[in-house]
Amino acid sequence: MLKMSHLSKVYRTHMVETHALRDFSIHVRDGEFVAVMGPSGSGKTTFLNIAGLLEEFSGGEFWLDGVDVRGMNDDARSKLRNEKIGFIFQSFNLIPDLNLFDNVDVPLRYRRFNAAERKKRIDESLGRVGLASRMKHYPSELSGGQQQRVAIARALAGSPRLLMADEPTGNLDSLMARGVMELLEEINRQGTTIIMVTHDPELAARAQRNVHIIDGQVTDFDDEPKLRSPNRDDNTAAIAVA
Amino acid sequence: MFAYYLELGLRSLRRNPVLTALMVFGIALGIAASMTTLTVLHLMGSDPIPWKSNKLNIVQLDSWDTDNPFNDDGTPPDQVTYRDALALMQAAKADKQAAMYKLALPIQPENPEVKPFLSLGRVTFADFFSMFEPPFKYGRPWTKAEDDGHARVVVLTRDTNEKLFGGADSTGKTVRMDGNDYKVVGVLDDWPLRFKFYDLTTGTFGDPEEYFIPFTTGIDLKKRSSGNNSCWKPSGDGFDAYLQSECIWIEFWVQLDSPEKKTQYKAFLDNYVSEQKKLGRFPRPLNNRLSDVTEWMKIQKVVSGDMQVQTGLGFAFLVVCLVNTIGLLLAKFTRKAGEIGLRRALGASRRQIFAQFLTESSVIGITGGIIGLLLTGLGLIAVRVLYANYKTAAQLDWQMVATTIVLAIAAAIIAGVYPTWRACQVAPAAQLKTQ
Repeated sequence: MLKMSHLSKVYRTHMVETHALRDFSIHVRDGEFVAVMGPSGSGKTTFLNIAGLLEEFSGGEFWLDGVDVRGMNDDARSKLRNEKIGFIFQSFNLIPDLNLFDNVDVPLRYRRFNAAERKKRIDESLGRVGLASRMKHYPSELSGGQQQRVAIARALAGSPRLLMADEPTGNLDSLMARGVMELLEEINRQGTTIIMVTHDPELAARAQRNVHIIDGQVTDFDDEPKLRSPNRDDNTAAIAVA
Repeated sequence: MFAYYLELGLRSLRRNPVLTALMVFGIALGIAASMTTLTVLHLMGSDPIPWKSNKLNIVQLDSWDTDNPFNDDGTPPDQVTYRDALALMQAAKADKQAAMYKLALPIQPENPEVKPFLSLGRVTFADFFSMFEPPFKYGRPWTKAEDDGHARVVVLTRDTNEKLFGGADSTGKTVRMDGNDYKVVGVLDDWPLRFKFYDLTTGTFGDPEEYFIPFTTGIDLKKRSSGNNSCWKPSGDGFDAYLQSECIWIEFWVQLDSPEKKTQYKAFLDNYVSEQKKLGRFPRPLNNRLSDVTEWMKIQKVVSGDMQVQTGLGFAFLVVCLVNTIGLLLAKFTRKAGEIGLRRALGASRRQIFAQFLTESSVIGITGGIIGLLLTGLGLIAVRVLYANYKTAAQLDWQMVATTIVLAIAAAIIAGVYPTWRACQVAPAAQLKTQ
């Protein structure tokens, strides 16, 4: 699903060069649920942004679902991002002026689905997170947990193959966090690959694989996948860190 | 996607009604100021009779004093003497020719409810009507035979006919002017002349004529012109001496249907003046001119320097308004950095973000343009009220309406491009983390 080899990311100002990622290699296979951990400033978010095609990288190779991402122009990257990747953010990032229906509609608009297709997908995805009855509500009328569910619905509406979650429960209390985590596990069970950045070891423990990043490099990983479901067709998948 | 961008733009504008109103009215005021002045400039400077302006030529003969040129720059006088006007009319070397001057006469209406009033008319020849083509509502121009016969006939303008006869067909009726009866042979329809280009001697935007009578008839009245009258020698005593004097008070226009005819007519004028020199007239070197309508407008500076400066100031004001709008849009779009970052993360390309925000800017510009158009209309009404002489020049035509709309959209795009470009530079990753 995602393969990075010897990838580097350097931020340059006129005085300083900062190596956010260096010689970074990782391989996430289809259907994995990977937790990325590491201290603040270690490069987790940079990895997530590059993996999510939100940032360009300085060197190395990056393949996303079989597509070589190097040298892609903005249009092509945006299209690939829209079709393949769903995002879930710590602070939900819903647009406050749009109701739930219109919020979930945003990525579908850029996908150029027709109105009927968009409505079907919005109904389905909001139904999947248990908020179908509130699609005319605005984000401010919902609890934090519900807002994150809407963000998940938005991420799922385009049927992405990869879900990138950046501290998805970071702004939630433990009860709501548990609900969101169960939802992510359910989504993963249905075949969507998930890469989740988290500080929380308990949440990380629920992922199949943990990757530790320190100073822009992968320093540690589980080499044995934790099998969560005996009937998964990809239960031999592993994270291979080159 | 355009419908989606339009929907988002309208939604965004509704969310900040005060800011939106500031931007819209900023553009509207700038458009109105620039378009009001540009409209007046455009109408003043445009060809008033484009289908034949190159055929109509005014005659200038330098009959002036040898020691004091009529104009400091050496250009000849813009009027001719009666003797020369009569000689040129009798020679009839042009396709058409018309000498003319202004004459104020009191009109004594038959209707006792209408008080007598002083009216300003034009004394000219029959060719005037076929040369300058004023539209007739009733009747016809007088004929050459009526010119030759010193006929007491009159052509009324629409307004005068309205005043005297309530707008009815008055041909065949009689108008009493200064104690003489004149038979109405024709009534003009509305003649939308922006200015009387055939007589610029007393300013560009003089009052319109109220009647026209034959030149020969006018001379019989032995009344001096109500227009400009300049003499470099004493004019003698009495009207007959005045007619034979070197005083200039008559405009002389000819219609020359081809460039060859213009060359021939110029040669004729030079010959005529050379002959007159032998009689002791025209002491200055040969300096005769034939200028067509557009050349004459330039010579007479129909578009004044003041008007050009005013138009420049109008556009400078538009620039100030645009800079203001650019600032407001920058502030507005900067506040939306988070949303832009999110939309980029959800699959919008830079190009799509650019289109979305440019659509929003365009909505502001088009709305500002429409309001600006209305304000331009109001501005032109104000010009007409404040400056009565500009009333025919301060009118919107379709060309100016189209220019206003194009200018508004261009202004909005110019105002929107930089803030939109800045909005597209948002790094989505940075914004998403700071939300």
